Amino acid sequence: MTRPTQTGLSLDTDVMVLGGGPAGAWAAISAAEAGARVVLADKGYLGTSGAAASGGNNLWYLPEDESLRARAVADREALGGRLTDRRWMERVQTETYRQINRLAEWGYPFPRDEHGNERRSSLQGPEYMRRLRRKVHRSGVHILDHHPALELLTDADGTVSGAAGLRRQEGWTRWQARAGAVVLATGGCAFLSGAFGLNVDTGDGHLMAAELGAELSGMEFSSVYGRSPAFGNHTKGLMMQFASYYDASGRPLEAEGHKGAELIARRLAAGRPVHARLDRAPTALRQSMRQAQPNYFLPLDKAGVDPFDEAYPLRLVFEGTVRGTGGLRLLTPDCATGVPGLYAAGDVATRELVTGAASGGGSLNGAWAISSGTWAGGGAARFARNRGALPPRHNLRPAGTTALRAAPPGGHPTTRAEVDETVTTVQKEVLPLDRNYFRTADRLHTSLRTLDTLWGRLADQPAATDGRTMLRAREAAAMTAHARWMYRAALAREESRGVHRRDDRPGTAARFEHRLMVSGLEQLDVRADPVLPVLTAKGTRAARIAAGDASQERRVS
Amino acid sequence: MIELVSSQRCIGCDKCVHVCPTNVFDRGADGIPVIARQDDCQTCFMCEAYCPVDALFVAPTTHPQPADAPLRDESRLAGSDLLGSYRARIGWGRGRTPGARFAVGPELPGATPATPTTTTLTATAPADSATPTPHPKGTTQ
Repeated sequence: MTRPTQTGLSLDTDVMVLGGGPAGAWAAISAAEAGARVVLADKGYLGTSGAAASGGNNLWYLPEDESLRARAVADREALGGRLTDRRWMERVQTETYRQINRLAEWGYPFPRDEHGNERRSSLQGPEYMRRLRRKVHRSGVHILDHHPALELLTDADGTVSGAAGLRRQEGWTRWQARAGAVVLATGGCAFLSGAFGLNVDTGDGHLMAAELGAELSGMEFSSVYGRSPAFGNHTKGLMMQFASYYDASGRPLEAEGHKGAELIARRLAAGRPVHARLDRAPTALRQSMRQAQPNYFLPLDKAGVDPFDEAYPLRLVFEGTVRGTGGLRLLTPDCATGVPGLYAAGDVATRELVTGAASGGGSLNGAWAISSGTWAGGGAARFARNRGALPPRHNLRPAGTTALRAAPPGGHPTTRAEVDETVTTVQKEVLPLDRNYFRTADRLHTSLRTLDTLWGRLADQPAATDGRTMLRAREAAAMTAHARWMYRAALAREESRGVHRRDDRPGTAARFEHRLMVSGLEQLDVRADPVLPVLTAKGTRAARIAAGDASQERRVS
Repeated sequence: MIELVSSQRCIGCDKCVHVCPTNVFDRGADGIPVIARQDDCQTCFMCEAYCPVDALFVAPTTHPQPADAPLRDESRLAGSDLLGSYRARIGWGRGRTPGARFAVGPELPGATPATPTTTTLTATAPADSATPTPHPKGTTQ
């Protein structure tokens, strides 16, 4: 096996962070604060990459009010299909509150209410990420923009010892970083569906971790779609709570609540149009709605549509495990993956611990990015410090497999057309509503046959000669692996729970009140997680509050 | 998708080349960035937000516009204030107040519970703004 040996850039660091969304940024800040030297590499640009930068999000930001926080936990437990872990939820509340208050101290311009109090429960994406970049920079972190990672490096014992990738604005030359520990913060996987800001999220980190034997969890909770204008990709859901829905002739559709969401999806799956209009928004609120979420209104304004007056056609755009909950399983409170030296933060990690079977949406996922980033950065810094000297360079072993080996004699390097075909094949199995939103055992089996065959071909796929194709080939391999984990877990969960809908198993089954782990690349293995959900126990104070008999405890403003 | 780099407005700072998360632009030989990989554009508007002279236009559509489309017509876009509209709304640029300061919005069902001291319906301008706005009240607790 040969690899290009010339390295355009070679670095040594204590902690290597892969990914420059909020989780990566918080991980870098946290590791630097723990005294580590830190390098952060992003496929794109720290500040614009990922779901948070373009979209922004609400935040699970709750004041230090025990009863309020306990109620929020109980609410999410019910929504999350009882797969959550109360201890992690409470930690996320505490950590998010602490870090968001620091963000305010650093100067983030939170809005103020009429009493002059800052309201810290939502973040505007571009502003948030620009501020975080500044903080990362001022923490002394070495930022590498447009440095996609291709693979992890280990030492002779299999401990993660760095990463390697491409410098796509430096002639696609190579970079390699030797590190005491690595934090994956590469985001979820949205399969290049085009959903708002999500095309950088191709599941690269999941593949890199799985190549070293890491396990995943919650991959069946991956059938999440966002509502966008049919002409675009702007999956901003919040304002849709003021929407009414219509068929093509303007007749109103019953689209209230959970059933309504399903009805809309079924109509669109059948190719029948659905139109939306924000006619339930009180006139007095419309200006503040525009100020709150300019990126919902901007595409509509550009298209000449006033959504308060005019119904516009909708489509559902797949958001995969970005808005879904599955990802790398975490073994410790500091977000270790089980592969020595490898930590995970943000959407690359499973969010089941705090969102269970339901989508965390921006609010929970945003809080999770901050919290898990902080913990993973700290954990990686401690690991690197305890480990001491970095392994010698000649002992570093590249851990990547598919699409990175040079073509054998007589073979040919992978071409762009072949890679594009892989992407199209995977997308045909995961994007359509009638495959993924509404699942059945038959359709899952059919998809898995196609995807397993595809993986068989990719496993021996040689590298492309040009960097752009090589990167896309790794992304395509990551998407293929991701789709197989999703559907294998979906097949094993013979019930419907949260966002996982099985048309052939409509109800929730008590025997599935546990999380499912999936692992492997060639052979996939699914099993019940021996770590059971930790739920609000009956008879505790939290349970009483959840039951609503604690009204006297509520604070009056 | 990105449809326009105005050579009249562009100052050749290459900021868009740098910030585009999907690497759509190349540096141009004449100093004006080139839309080199429009297919890779994910319509996220980030380049527009970062362009200091409002020289870029990202159409709201996820497929390329035909050459004679209104969404590629620079004088029409400039005339309808669509060039730089995202940057204006998020309040980036000299003399502007960050849009995040105004991003209070209505309290929505299903959103994060409000803090006990905030109102459910708020359309309040920040203290440093002179814009008169209504203060609809209704406490959560």
